[in-house]
Amino acid sequence: MSPKTLYDKIWDAHLAHEADDGTCLLYIDRHLVHEVTSPQAFEGLRMTGRTVRAPDKTIAVPDHNVPTTLDRADATTMTEDSRIQVAALDKNAKDFGIHYYPVSDVRQGIVHIVGPEQGWTLPGMTVVCGDSHTATHGAFGALAHGIGTSEVEHVLATQTLIQKKSKNMKVEITGKLALGVTAKDITMAVIGKTGTAGGTGYVIEYCGEAIRDLSMEGRMTVCNMAIEGGARAGLIAPDQKTYDYCMGRPHAPKGAQWEAALTWWKTLFSDDDAAWDEILVIKAEDIAPLVTWGTSPEDVLPITALVPAADSFTGGKVDAAQRALDYMGLTAGQRLADVEIDTVFIGSCTNGRIEDLRAAAEILKGKKVKDGIRAMIVPGSGLVRAQAEEEGLADIFKDAGFEWRLAGCSMCLAMNPDQLAPGERCAATSNRNFEGRQGRGGRTHLMSPGMAAAAAITGKLTDVREMM
Amino acid sequence: MQKFDTLTGIAAPMPLINIDTDMIIPKQFLKTIKRSGLGVNLFDEMRYDDDRAEIPTFVLNQDAYREAQIIVAGDNFGCGSSREHAPWAIADFGITCVMAPSFADIFYNNCFKNGILPIALPQEQIDVLMKDAEKGANARMTVDLEAQTVTTSDGDVFNFEVDAFKKHCLMQGLDDIGLTMEKVKSIDAFEETVGAQRPWV
Repeated sequence: MSPKTLYDKIWDAHLAHEADDGTCLLYIDRHLVHEVTSPQAFEGLRMTGRTVRAPDKTIAVPDHNVPTTLDRADATTMTEDSRIQVAALDKNAKDFGIHYYPVSDVRQGIVHIVGPEQGWTLPGMTVVCGDSHTATHGAFGALAHGIGTSEVEHVLATQTLIQKKSKNMKVEITGKLALGVTAKDITMAVIGKTGTAGGTGYVIEYCGEAIRDLSMEGRMTVCNMAIEGGARAGLIAPDQKTYDYCMGRPHAPKGAQWEAALTWWKTLFSDDDAAWDEILVIKAEDIAPLVTWGTSPEDVLPITALVPAADSFTGGKVDAAQRALDYMGLTAGQRLADVEIDTVFIGSCTNGRIEDLRAAAEILKGKKVKDGIRAMIVPGSGLVRAQAEEEGLADIFKDAGFEWRLAGCSMCLAMNPDQLAPGERCAATSNRNFEGRQGRGGRTHLMSPGMAAAAAITGKLTDVREMM
Repeated sequence: MQKFDTLTGIAAPMPLINIDTDMIIPKQFLKTIKRSGLGVNLFDEMRYDDDRAEIPTFVLNQDAYREAQIIVAGDNFGCGSSREHAPWAIADFGITCVMAPSFADIFYNNCFKNGILPIALPQEQIDVLMKDAEKGANARMTVDLEAQTVTTSDGDVFNFEVDAFKKHCLMQGLDDIGLTMEKVKSIDAFEETVGAQRPWV
């Protein structure tokens, strides 16, 4: 048998049909659904008299629109159109009989945090969702990627997706991370190297000692931003940490089925002599705590660096960099560590898990948010919130002056009331620093939770290592 | 779905690289439960100021390009989120073809579900097309999907690649759910076999 990559193995295990021209029907094991990209798909089913083929493999949770303030049970905290969208998901989940975690359920949260937490996401699965950060689930060795609403409808109706196979890219992070350097810095460092289009057409498998050393939470952070590098999906081969994370979760297999699953999962790795279309190797010790300076996730620099000049780039990036500097209100040559901020946002499907909150609490313990800084922590799910309260993290955040919110996507994309005002500058643990992403005219700097916590204390972009 | 075969029209030049889905359709317009009506908000934050007045320097606000049916853009067009609202807004505005050196994967796929043809061409050919687009309303390009060619107003012809299945569906305006439903026996068989092998799924 010819050697295969992990991607090849998962692909082959889900091929339901292959046409002569190579167009494939890939079977989908888990379909995650949220309120923003699904209403038109359900409407399409109704208009054509179609049903959901596999409601038991379809899981819905509202996350993008929902307010994260403590008074959100009061429907007036939502705008009319948001309320309609959430109500549509309530109704669609009920009408089509799919698994559902409503806003009132403690298990509600960001779809990419709820899926793994509830044991829906397991190694070797195919997972899709009408959301680009579906890549997150690749941390389990599941082939997971975002789809558009037409494809959501296609999966609802047929439990398959029409696909052509992507190319294989290996990204190896060798060695050990230095103090203060995290999974977020790894994934940002990769995008800094490949650019936001560098992964287009590929599925990336992350491997190497620094990846193996990461917790499942950290691995989810790495895979989450595979999409920011343009890749279709990110993957990490499952290992003992993966099995330990999955075991005992509500929807993970039990007993004999667990043993059978484990036997199969242990075959899910790239063969030694597998062929790669592209290989990137980064030394972990070369990665510093990173921040973005511009309006593309590829605009990455160590916190110790200076804001670059537009003419230090080439091609179309010269104009794009100048536009980014103007938008961000930065001047070439300025020290990044001198850039003052107004807001701190810790949360999102990138960094809204318990380990992220622990990292932030580590820095914030006994400290205060600088006067005048708005700072909020939005846990990724109700269960993450509950655990953080149990561990005493919530008290650290509240004592420091952070708002301690309910679960949701919140200021990552600012579809709910959590937004930046024009010109406001935010230290954010989310995944996109696009123009207007966190609110029209808002300025976003992406970084790790520890770095965001440090920025909250000093009121400017800060090297977290100085506080460790 | 709207068919696409040939198109002769005005092309709007947007040389910026990394035009992302938040630029194409900002999140405040994703709260709709319909597919239609988003054209007025296409490129909303680049197109209108805080008072909702048109920003005259933005290309689609210029008289020459108000009727544009094509966009010629910089590298990595459509990067960012999976929101199909991006192609919905583009199509609703009246644009049915986007040309760029490369496209983000999900956006590229979404276009084909909405009667939009995304054409990836090498940078040097995009440079020629960009110059042609900059000539304004009198310079019309022609796109022929059957022949897989783009012809500039000067008569330069560029060939482009497109997946045969996607081309077929776009030219016929086919609903791909219907096509997949024809293979339901394969899906049934897969579920039966694999359901026995991996019952935990």
